[in-house]
Amino acid sequence: MTVEEVKLQAAKANGGHGAKDQFPIGMRVLAVDDDPTCLKLLEKLLQHCQYHVTTTGQAATALKLLREKKDQFDLVISDVHMPDMDGFKLLELVGLEMDLPVIMLSANGETQTVMKGITHGACDYLLKPVRIEQLRTIWQHVVRRRSCDARNNGNDNDDSSKKLQVASAEGDNGGGNRNKRTSRRVRDDNGDDGDDSDENSNENGDSSTQKKPRVVWSVELHRKFVASVNQLGIDKAVPKKILDLMNVENITRENVASHLQKYRLYLKRLSVDASRQANLTAAFGGRNPAYVNMGLDAFRQYNAYGRYRPVPTTNHSQPNNLLARMNSPAFGMHGLLPSQPLQIGHTQNNLSTSLGNVGGVNNGNLIRGAHMPLQDTSKCFPTGPSGNSFANISNSTQLVTTNNLPLQSLEPSNQHLGWLHSSAGPFNSFVGESPQFPDLGRCNTTWSTAVSSSNVQELGQKDRIVNGPKLEPLSSFTEASSQIPLLGNEMQSQVASLASNGLPMPFTQEAVPFAYGSSTNSREMLNNNLALSNSGINSSLPNLHIDGSVFERNIDGSVVTRQTLDGSNSGGGGVPPLQDGRIDHQAVNSHLNYNNELMGTSRLQRGLSGGLDDIVVDMFKLDHADNGVPFIDGDWELV
Amino acid sequence: MEYSNLQRQAASLKKSLFDQGYLDEQFCQIEYLQDEASPNFTEEVVSLFFENSTRLMTNIEQAMEKNPRDFSRWDVNMQQLKGSCSSIGASRMKNECTSFRNICGDENAEGCMRSFQNLKREHGVLRQKLESYFQVLRQAGPAVTAARPRGM
Repeated sequence: MTVEEVKLQAAKANGGHGAKDQFPIGMRVLAVDDDPTCLKLLEKLLQHCQYHVTTTGQAATALKLLREKKDQFDLVISDVHMPDMDGFKLLELVGLEMDLPVIMLSANGETQTVMKGITHGACDYLLKPVRIEQLRTIWQHVVRRRSCDARNNGNDNDDSSKKLQVASAEGDNGGGNRNKRTSRRVRDDNGDDGDDSDENSNENGDSSTQKKPRVVWSVELHRKFVASVNQLGIDKAVPKKILDLMNVENITRENVASHLQKYRLYLKRLSVDASRQANLTAAFGGRNPAYVNMGLDAFRQYNAYGRYRPVPTTNHSQPNNLLARMNSPAFGMHGLLPSQPLQIGHTQNNLSTSLGNVGGVNNGNLIRGAHMPLQDTSKCFPTGPSGNSFANISNSTQLVTTNNLPLQSLEPSNQHLGWLHSSAGPFNSFVGESPQFPDLGRCNTTWSTAVSSSNVQELGQKDRIVNGPKLEPLSSFTEASSQIPLLGNEMQSQVASLASNGLPMPFTQEAVPFAYGSSTNSREMLNNNLALSNSGINSSLPNLHIDGSVFERNIDGSVVTRQTLDGSNSGGGGVPPLQDGRIDHQAVNSHLNYNNELMGTSRLQRGLSGGLDDIVVDMFKLDHADNGVPFIDGDWELV
Repeated sequence: MEYSNLQRQAASLKKSLFDQGYLDEQFCQIEYLQDEASPNFTEEVVSLFFENSTRLMTNIEQAMEKNPRDFSRWDVNMQQLKGSCSSIGASRMKNECTSFRNICGDENAEGCMRSFQNLKREHGVLRQKLESYFQVLRQAGPAVTAARPRGM
C-alpha cells in the first residue's frame, strides 16, 4: 500500500469533513485538556494546521465522544494531568477501545513521565508549551497506524494471526504487562481493522492489502462471536471455525483472531475476579454472591478460617490461587486493570485473557455488554474501580443490550455471574459462563461489584458511598453510569487515578470498597495501578465496614438465585450452576436485580471494613439456601 | 512604516515585557495565531489565563493552609499552574512555579510560602502590565502585528 493510498483512505475515512482527499488537512483531532487556556491555545494551533478540532476539558467527555462516534476521530491529543481522570488511563482506554493514536501533552517533561506515557501506549509525547511546528506533523501517527493496520490485515494467513495469538496468550499467561499491552495493541491493530459487518462507514471495498476500516465489534457482532465460541467450546474455538460459525460477511479471520485474543484475556480477567469472589465466598462460607459484599476485610479474615473455593475444574484452581492472593487487594485492583486485562488474568485463566482484553478494550459497549457482567464485573469489582466500571457497564447499559451473551463455560463464577447478569440482560448470558471462572468466589466478588456498580447506576442517590471522606456519592457515579462503556472506563481510570492520587475521583468510589480489601493480597494479580489504588483506597476507606444486613438481603435475593443456580447446575454443591452455562436467567435476573437493589454501594462499602462478625453471620445464613451443603463443603476446596 | 503613537507605545510596552522577562516566545506564538477569524485571540487567551491562574492559585493557597506540609498536593497544583503559565509565555511566573516545585521537593514549607508570595506578586504585576498593553493595543488599532520585539 502506497502512501498515496493510505492518504486516500484516510481522506475517505475523514467522513465528510470536506477535506477528504487532502489528508492530513481535515484530520479529525480530539483535544483534551483540563486547562482552558491550554485547550484554547491547542485548538487554535490545530486549526492553524488545518485539522478539524474537537475540544473537551474532561477526559470523561472525551471518552464519551470517542465511544459514541468511534469513527469520527483520527487522533487524540490529551493532557497528562487532569482532575477527572489520569491522562495515562485515558490513553490506555483509547488505545484499547478505539485503537486511535494518542499524543500526550504535558508541562512535565521528566523522563519518568514521558516513559510512562510511552509505555502506556502514547504514540508521542509533547511538552507544553506546544509549538505549532510540532503539531504540523502529528498526522504521521495516523498514517503510521493505518499502514500497520493495513499490513496486518493484508496478511491473511494463519501464521501471522497465530503468532499474534500465541504471543498474546503467552503474554497473558506470563502475566507480563508489557507483553500484553504490546500484543494487545498488536491485536488491536489487527482486530480493529477489517470491515465491520455491522457498521462500516469506511468501507472502501479494496483488497485486503488496503487499509481496512476498523472492525467495530458491535454488540450484535460480539454476540455472534461469543455464541460461536461457546458452541465450539472455549478451548476448541479457533478463529477459522469461529468465523465460519459466525457467518458474517466482511470479517476476516484476522479480525476474529485478534478479537478472540482479547476475549480470552477478558475471560481470564473475569476468572481472576471470580476466583477472588470465590475466595470471598469461601471465606464466608456461603455461596451467596452477597459474599462479595463482604468486602475484602471480611474476606481476609475469613481466609484464616480456611478459604475454600469451588473447584469445578482444574482450570479454576488457578483462579482460586489468585483469589487467595487477591482477596483483599484484588478488589481494588481489578478495577484498575480493566485496561490491562492481561495483568489481571495473567495468573490463571486462559479464559479471561482474551476476554479481559476484549472486555476492556473492545468497542466498549460490546464487550462490556457481553462480558462485563460476568467477567469484567468479577474482574473489575474486586479490583475496584475498574471492576465497578465494568460492572456498571455491563449492568446498566451494555449488559442490557447484550442479553444474549452466550454462556461461557465459566463455572463457579457462573453463579455469581448469573447474579450479575440478572441485574442486566447480558448478565444472564454470562451466567452460563462459569467455567471460565475458577471460583464462584470470584463471581461473588464480581457480582458484588457488579451489583454495587449496577446499583449505583440504578439507584443513584441511594448508593451514596457512606464511608470514607473520599467516597463520592453514588449519584455522581450514577450519572456517569448513563454512559456505560464510559463509566466502565472511567471507573477504571478513576480507579487508577484513585489509586495513584489517593481517590480523587468519584467513580473510584464505587470500586473503592472493593479495592479496599484487595490491596493487601492481590499483589500478584494487581499491576502497579492496583497496588496504587489499593494503597490509596485502603487509606481512604477507613470507614468501610461490612454490613451484614446487606448480606442478609443479598442472601435473600441471592439465596433464591443460588438455589436456582445451584439447582440448575451444581446439583450437589461444588460446581457452580453455570457449568453448562444455562441458568434460569429470569430467576437470576430478578434476584440479581433484587440484590442489586438491596446492595447499594453504600452497603458494600460499609461491608468492606470492620464487621467481620456480621459478615460471618450473614454468610452462614446464606448457606441455608443451598442444598443443605454449606458453602465450605463439597467441592469447595479449602484454600 | 508609519506607526501611530499608540502603536509605538504598544510595541514599546511589549518590548519591555519581553526584555524584562515577563513574557517569552510562547507569547509570540499566541499572537501569531491571531487572525481574521479571531481578531482578539491573544487577549482572549490571556484573560482566560488570568481567570484560570487566579483559581489555581487560590487552590494552592487553600491547600497550603488546610493541608500543611502536603507537598505532593501542592506540587500537583503547582504543576498545573506551571503548565498554564508556560502556555501563554508567562516566563517569570513559570520560573517561579519551577522554583516552588523544587522547594516543595525539598519539603521546605517556609520556602514554599515565600515562593508562593513571589508568585502572587509576579502574577499581579504581569496582569497589570498585560492589561495596560492590551488597552493601548485596542486604542492603537489593528496595525500592530506579532512582530517579535527583540527582532529575533
